[in-house]
Amino acid sequence: MAPGSRGAEPAGHGRQRDRPPRPVRDGIGLGLAVGVSGVAFGAAAVSSGLTAWQACALSVLAFTGASQFALVGVIASGGSLLAGTAGAILLGSRNTLYGLRLAEVLRPRVLRKVPLAVGVIDETTAITLAQPDPVTAQKAFTATFWCLYLTWNLATLGGALGAGRLGSPQAFGLDVVGPAAFLALIWPRLKSGRTERLVALAAVALALATTTVLPVGVPVILAATAALAGALAAPAATGAHASASAQGEASPAGAPAAPDGTSPADRAT
Amino acid sequence: MTATWIAVLATAAGCYALKLAGLTVPQRILASPRVRRFAELVPVALLAALSAVQAATNGQAFDLDPARLAGLGAAVVALALRAPFLVVIVVAAATAAALRAAGIS
Repeated sequence: MAPGSRGAEPAGHGRQRDRPPRPVRDGIGLGLAVGVSGVAFGAAAVSSGLTAWQACALSVLAFTGASQFALVGVIASGGSLLAGTAGAILLGSRNTLYGLRLAEVLRPRVLRKVPLAVGVIDETTAITLAQPDPVTAQKAFTATFWCLYLTWNLATLGGALGAGRLGSPQAFGLDVVGPAAFLALIWPRLKSGRTERLVALAAVALALATTTVLPVGVPVILAATAALAGALAAPAATGAHASASAQGEASPAGAPAAPDGTSPADRAT
Repeated sequence: MTATWIAVLATAAGCYALKLAGLTVPQRILASPRVRRFAELVPVALLAALSAVQAATNGQAFDLDPARLAGLGAAVVALALRAPFLVVIVVAAATAAALRAAGIS
């Protein structure tokens, strides 16, 4: 999986609820496990026509996996750069919600927010919000961020250089890496709720139905209206999502809930 | 600077700005349940659409490549069997590669 693409299973919940928090160990474990997927991103980026430098620049600067995959995906299918950029940035909007929650727990000073913002993604949020107190939460955030950031970037470099040495990308099946990665990223969300499945189906139908009439890349952005319809039709479905998280369901793109479904603010009091 | 570099840097700047905004803006602006739900559902919609478009189209035309679709099918099976992310990717690519090596494409 990619950073910023799949929520982590909150540490220290469920059957192991009684064990003491291990923020650093959990963070490093998650960072390594998720970070190695940078290989897939590096390979996909180079196969789509980006240079290895461009692939690495995205991982260093954007550092949010779904957006990175989305940009190279649109480029790979011949779409306009504007459409690819718009889709990638739209995908990054959930990180704004994560930032809100992290600010409550980590309470960063103004200048500290500038470097901290780089690390505001699914995995760091999930693991930070799962900690019992602000001190442990700070440790968890720091450990997860640094391990994931370094691993993801090294893996991106490795994947980009490796793919560049292969012959035809198609012969190695690299053209299916993008579709498979996107599906894997949303899979836990598809299992977690009916609204999610309906939104996904509507998005696929919209995008495919408009493929032959709209410029390449635009059908994918149009598919975001399915999310708008879903949000307007079922805005209160957050309870179902919270319980899914409590069962250890990874949330690839959603806001990770605290294990008991309470907000960090609730628990801090 | 090429257009691709501009897209790469614009994406990076936009994604960073969205992260920083969350740390900076007042809580109440994004407190609406509908706004939260929309932000949760956007990735589901966009990634589902991207997956379908890349799997089944090429440019503005449909392109149903048997090896690629079989690779995506293999990914679904791997996901249903709870395989980790990287295993899913490898299974999908290997399936498409094997079919092409066997002359199916």
